[in-house]
Amino acid sequence: MNVHDFLYYIILPVLSISSLLVLVRFFKGPSIVDRVVALDLLITIGIGIIAVYSILNDKPTFLDISLVLALIAFLGTVAFAYYLEKRNKND
Amino acid sequence: MTDILVYITSGFGAIFVLLAAIGTLRMPDQYLRISVNTKAATLGVGLLLTAAALFFLETSVTTRVIAVIIFILITAPVGAHLIGRTSYFLGNPLWKKSITDDLENKYNKHTHELKGHTQEDEDEAKHNSNL
Repeated sequence: MNVHDFLYYIILPVLSISSLLVLVRFFKGPSIVDRVVALDLLITIGIGIIAVYSILNDKPTFLDISLVLALIAFLGTVAFAYYLEKRNKND
Repeated sequence: MTDILVYITSGFGAIFVLLAAIGTLRMPDQYLRISVNTKAATLGVGLLLTAAALFFLETSVTTRVIAVIIFILITAPVGAHLIGRTSYFLGNPLWKKSITDDLENKYNKHTHELKGHTQEDEDEAKHNSNL
């Protein structure tokens, strides 16, 4: 079993199962804060999947996309937190 | 040799990401979920990116990987703090087996500031002490 098979048959399925588990929380989440946290974790797992995928295809250019995704995850969390707090404050 | 390091780092990275996902699904309380999410996912994704850097062993790839890891390390606690603060102000309850809530009655629920820092609160405290 070389590195390619290990990543393809073990690591990627584990990452897929974990993103499915987070997706369950995303749909179930009792309040909107749970959904924001689950979305953040989904994008973070996406960064890991991109790293594995760049190894599999031997193309390190894909790692640029992970930087953009990290930025989007942070901005999304901060924007949602700011919006929810201000909405609650002005009631 | 580097193949073994790639096996180890990517394996542990996947395990930590899986643990973060299980914790997000099964933890009883929002604050515990945020805590699990930040720590385990940051470590797992950092290990996966390290595996990519060890596999390619080029300067350009390593620089990019270090940039992404530092960015995640800086932004994850900030985002978790902000969303936890918002969750506290929205009035989401703690887990019923939680023992203490250190912030109880210390926040002004209208202005979202700590009590004792605005003029009104100081006047109110003085008035209460005179009684």
